[in-house]
Amino acid sequence: MTALPVKNLKPARITVEDLKDLARGAAFLGTGGGGDPYLGRLMAENAIREFGMPEIISVDDLSDDAVVFAAAMVGAPTVMIEKCASGEDLELAVKRLGEITGRQPDVISSAEIGGANSLLPVIAAARLGLPLLDCDGMGRAFPEIQMVTFNIYGVSPTPAVVVNEHLETVVVETADPKRAEDIIRAVAIQMGLSVMFSAYSMTGREAKTTGVRGTLSIALDIGKTIRAGRKQGEPIRALLKYLRSTAYYKHCKVLSDGKIADLSRKTDKGWSIGHCVVSSLADPDNCLDITFRNEFLVARQNGRVVTIVPDMVCVVDSETAEPITVERLRYGQRVKVIGISCAPLLRTPEALSVVGPGEFGIDEPFQPIEEIHDDI
Amino acid sequence: MRIGVDVGGTNTDAVLMDGQVLKTSCKTPTSPDISGGIINAITSVLRSSGASPEAIKAVMIGTTQFTNAIIERRGLLPVGVIRLALPAARGAPPMTDWPSDIVDIIGRHSYMVKGGYEFDGREISPLDEKAVAQAANELRQRGIRAIAVSGVFSSIKADMEERAAEIVQEEIPDALITLSSRIGRIGLLERENAAIMNAALRDLSSRVVSSFKEALSRLRINAPFYISQNDGTLMNAEFVEKYPALTFASGPTNSMRGAAYLSGVDDALVADIGGTTTDIGMLVKGFPREATLEANIGGIRTNFRMPDIISIGLGGGSLVSTSDPCQIGPRSVGNRLTEAALVFGGDTLTVTDVAVAAGSIDIGQQNKVAHLPHLLIDSAIARLRSMLEEGIDRVKVSAEPLPLILVGGGATLLNWQINGTSGEIVPEHAGVANAIGASIAQVGGETDRIYSYQKLGRETALAEAKCQAVKTAVEAGAREDTVEIIDLEEVPLAYVPGNTVRLRAKAAGELAL
Repeated sequence: MTALPVKNLKPARITVEDLKDLARGAAFLGTGGGGDPYLGRLMAENAIREFGMPEIISVDDLSDDAVVFAAAMVGAPTVMIEKCASGEDLELAVKRLGEITGRQPDVISSAEIGGANSLLPVIAAARLGLPLLDCDGMGRAFPEIQMVTFNIYGVSPTPAVVVNEHLETVVVETADPKRAEDIIRAVAIQMGLSVMFSAYSMTGREAKTTGVRGTLSIALDIGKTIRAGRKQGEPIRALLKYLRSTAYYKHCKVLSDGKIADLSRKTDKGWSIGHCVVSSLADPDNCLDITFRNEFLVARQNGRVVTIVPDMVCVVDSETAEPITVERLRYGQRVKVIGISCAPLLRTPEALSVVGPGEFGIDEPFQPIEEIHDDI
Repeated sequence: MRIGVDVGGTNTDAVLMDGQVLKTSCKTPTSPDISGGIINAITSVLRSSGASPEAIKAVMIGTTQFTNAIIERRGLLPVGVIRLALPAARGAPPMTDWPSDIVDIIGRHSYMVKGGYEFDGREISPLDEKAVAQAANELRQRGIRAIAVSGVFSSIKADMEERAAEIVQEEIPDALITLSSRIGRIGLLERENAAIMNAALRDLSSRVVSSFKEALSRLRINAPFYISQNDGTLMNAEFVEKYPALTFASGPTNSMRGAAYLSGVDDALVADIGGTTTDIGMLVKGFPREATLEANIGGIRTNFRMPDIISIGLGGGSLVSTSDPCQIGPRSVGNRLTEAALVFGGDTLTVTDVAVAAGSIDIGQQNKVAHLPHLLIDSAIARLRSMLEEGIDRVKVSAEPLPLILVGGGATLLNWQINGTSGEIVPEHAGVANAIGASIAQVGGETDRIYSYQKLGRETALAEAKCQAVKTAVEAGAREDTVEIIDLEEVPLAYVPGNTVRLRAKAAGELAL
């Protein structure tokens, strides 16, 4: 008889109905990036219908020696909307990682709660009959696989298994997390640019110390809050009220209520780089300039930093609070820009050396949003 | 000379155009069989202009019938779906996320077989021709002949879809085949959804096209006829029979194109004011600006080219409250305006009554609104103006003030100075802008592909995309010397090194007559 991986099991399960909320909440936490979760939601719905609803377990309930694997998609979101994923690919990635590490997973975690990668672990968990950990490695979205708290606090991303739709697998092993990113990116292109990935094998104890806890629940709640807020006619107010009740996102503020007055984008070294200007409706001369590299990185009001990575800049439709991704930004959109504090695990010196402004080529130092604004 | 027809839910409008000159127009009630209304409207414009049927060189028709058929779930065929993708795309089978009431009608006849392409044109798998034949054979045995074929990245390379169509046609000689690559863009599910809806409409489309043909032959008009599609360009009858889904949302497009024609202004805001709602959109170079979010038709996600319009509950029949502050709409007396409104002897205060009392228009009996307090009229007008201004503000893309063109049956109702615009234009014949839009529609062509700038260089890639768009437009019947690139979009593919971008180019030109 094997020991139970978890203690004090909670009966919470993720349902098909939850997935729309999760997808919307994840799109919000994607801070403009992370890929559109629509397709991820559809695949997760199918997986749940076929294999059943995965349990959600909280990090507190995880036993120290439980085995945790992360599962995600690597590639281009625009390719994923053609090729989808099969579910088998993701399942295989997890199973192969189990074989390579010699430890079978007890629970699946998201590496990135923002965007499509919040939904893919649901598929893996449903297919493998494993629970889903209420946790991720970012509390938002970042573009590279080493930009994860698991890595920042000592869990190696490798061995990492990459699988494509042919169920061909590539195993990457290197001591250097940034090199792991470079190699996996090159492999992903050859394998068709929409590949499934399992990595960050760790113990329950490591997940407890390195993971951003509770983010699956928070993403679900954000989605629910926006939906309920729309019925009452004030989704953004409801959203802010909810964020203020959370441990990470409690420092938040509408940075601008306006219109996209300028938008420029270019591709450089595989990134979608650019900036947009939101001109305030109340005072059109008052402009907020947002710089992005796949995700929104820094917002400056008339030249002064008002929110800077890893704190979060989220752009939503000014009426419906629907999150707007970088790819869907459009000149003239009516938007509200919300600045939000990130999880404290992303604000330490170790974290800032991996996900701080400098890693994105931004000269200004990180400054917590609550220290920039007196009125938060 | 040519005739433009707009078949709306309430009215069928017709206009007679001589070159770019509007000769005469007419509004008649839409008949239940559609053709009757068209015959009446065309007969009327021919009679009032004295033109002979032989003088008509083309007839352009705008219609919402195919959109309505999907929304109302009527007249649809069961569809067999063959997706060329395996081993990719297994996680989201065809018709995932469709409302179940329409799936019940279209049926669950989906097959996924080996095939499809990578983003750069490599094969995912060679096409499994045997599996395609097997699927077609089973579909034939079930009596299904409307077939949708989709394939991964077929919008970049359509060879496999075309080969699959040949195989299906061999197995099912009377098959009505829709290829996703012909009607959609990147995004497998959305493109496939469009192909399935299109396949389901193939029976209705042949009935509609033949009833149009019959109407015209009864009118002794031997000219070809065209139907307008959602991006303001035209399709000929044969094309519509094959691609009815491309007419989705052509109504607002026609009214905006008509507004551009009537006013002579190419960059403007347009408000199409009807009885119950006002559609507001934006003209860029004479064409409606497209929506970037996925368009939803009858609960089904597509990525069709759709005009980016917003609809507000404000029209000539909208109810006006006497409370303070004054409330307007969204309820409306609708097509009962001429009995219910005060100026027509009714007992309901409507936007039309307010406009008459304010002296903006002169219809009905003005003395019936003489008793309305000035305060109420002022407050109602302030509310109307702010509703319109708010709508315009949501549509506008720059702070620059643009002219506002008012069209539709209620065009003259709201002809007040509106903030955020550089002035209002109510063109002559504003009421039949839709039919005019249909009559002046252009022939368009589009391309949407992924390019590697590292391999080709940006200039070469842009030139190739433009050239392909022009070629498609000319193939569709545009006069080459009039074809222009009307849209070019460059979307970098995030997370992909090597400067890989998605280029979308659209060209349009005048119909070669």
